[in-house]
Amino acid sequence: MASIHQRDLLLTGFVWSAAALVIGSFLWLLSDMLLQGAGQLSWDFLTAETENAGRAGGIAPVLVSTLLILAVAILVAGPIGLATAVLLSEFIAKDNRIARAIGMSIDVLAGVPSIVFGLFGMAFFSAYLGLGFSILAGGLTLACMVLPILIRTIEEGLSAVPDEWRKGAAVLGMSRLSALFYILLPAAAPALAAGLMLGIGRAMAETAALIFTSGYVDRMPSSLHDSGRALAVHIYDLSMNVAGGDANAYASALVLVIMLIIINNIALMLANSLLQKRISLA
Amino acid sequence: MTQIKQTPTHCCSEVNNSNAYTLGPIEAGPPCCEPDPAIRVQNLTLSYGGQSALDNVSLDIYRGCITALIGPSGCGKTSFLSSINRLTDLIPNCTVTGKVEIENTDIHAADMDVQALRRRVGMIFQKPNPFPLSIRRNIQMPLREHGVKDRALLETKLQTALQDVGLWDEVKDRLDSSALSLSGGQQQRLCIARALALQPEILLMDEPCSALDPLSSAVVEDLILSLSGRYTVVIVTHNLAQARRIANYAGFFWAKERTGKLVEFGRCQQIFESPAHELTAAYVSGARG
Repeated sequence: MASIHQRDLLLTGFVWSAAALVIGSFLWLLSDMLLQGAGQLSWDFLTAETENAGRAGGIAPVLVSTLLILAVAILVAGPIGLATAVLLSEFIAKDNRIARAIGMSIDVLAGVPSIVFGLFGMAFFSAYLGLGFSILAGGLTLACMVLPILIRTIEEGLSAVPDEWRKGAAVLGMSRLSALFYILLPAAAPALAAGLMLGIGRAMAETAALIFTSGYVDRMPSSLHDSGRALAVHIYDLSMNVAGGDANAYASALVLVIMLIIINNIALMLANSLLQKRISLA
Repeated sequence: MTQIKQTPTHCCSEVNNSNAYTLGPIEAGPPCCEPDPAIRVQNLTLSYGGQSALDNVSLDIYRGCITALIGPSGCGKTSFLSSINRLTDLIPNCTVTGKVEIENTDIHAADMDVQALRRRVGMIFQKPNPFPLSIRRNIQMPLREHGVKDRALLETKLQTALQDVGLWDEVKDRLDSSALSLSGGQQQRLCIARALALQPEILLMDEPCSALDPLSSAVVEDLILSLSGRYTVVIVTHNLAQARRIANYAGFFWAKERTGKLVEFGRCQQIFESPAHELTAAYVSGARG
């Protein structure tokens, strides 16, 4: 029987090695990408047209398509997600029948595999609505996919805002809308940013849903109705279908990770500055 | 101290911060020369999803006076308070029957503007709840909501409200810093200032001192006392000594089978010194509750 001290040591050791494992695997992944991809990375790589199915040239069209698909997804899912979250957390009781129906739909939606979203997007946006293989169809499909994440994180953020502020606003004769815009949403800003981040992260990393909807075409898109290849699709294609594309696949993956880190930091900064501004606004 | 211009409609406004009338002899007459109800509550019954919380309470609350509601926890004092500004509207499954009249207007009337009602009837909670905004915005945002747009006027009202609660000198150099950086007692005074800035007629206070340290509590208590005469104050308190120090009238609530009832209502001194009901006597002497 080990002494209390020894058991303590064992537990401490376990906790630390678990943490080390997490950091280690991230560093391994990152260093692998850096080693294999950093050599390809250059300003030209980011700004040049794709050549020879991606073996040569850069990823400019892919970057533009990715950002356009993201923009469509967030611009569509953002307002809908925010409105739904506000409805769920501020306007109807948790045990209300409608609330439960919405909640269940969100949870089911969150669990649907992305390939199913891809098939749905292809059948509904591309075929039924006639959008074809386009950035628009891909963006809309992604919007459906990130909606549950957005709704749940924003709803949780709003629920975490103390009830005292709602009551405080009510007893001062403020409307619910004013309370929402001036007090509750600013207070929940970090959660809003987190939701947005998770949504963008999921959308940027998505491959399966986009293959069917926004397509493979690696030309520079000239409108939202053009087909466009997302970065994740590009990486998938280079590593699976294009012989000799590994180096550029690594470089593209590196770009994807760096973009995610940048967006993450921007979202955090926005949330913090929004809080600061609300507090100091005269 | 006061900068709010109000014509003294009541003799209480001429009595300055005096404890004398609550602690003085009964023969000195009622604290308010002619008790005049500002709030009339008739047969108020309140239930939460079938569980009755308050049963058939009828009570007049006099203008310009401080009325203390005392009684053990869970006897419906807070529910009573919340039904005066219709905060009960926010609670799902809460049903209120009976009549509440403020200055002869039925607050449950179909054409009642609840936001306007809540401007006239301010409320302070147990836990100070300043918004996570600057001190300035905490006071000016509700004013803007009620249509005050003029910047100069907003600034004047800000200063007046903060002076009224004795906070101006403490915060005038940091009006733009977060209200959450204030101490508990300062936060509570800010909440009172926020309510006063809207120039209400009535202030409902739900144990406003119980979350504060003794020194801050004393400051807030003095402040409440200074409001008497200018405002009709209804205060829920578990601190009997406090009720005795500041109230003109007192109502004693008691719960029977989880349903609160008003057992006795009268002059504060009478409730504490010669209660008519044996439950009241037992409670104020500390024997029960």
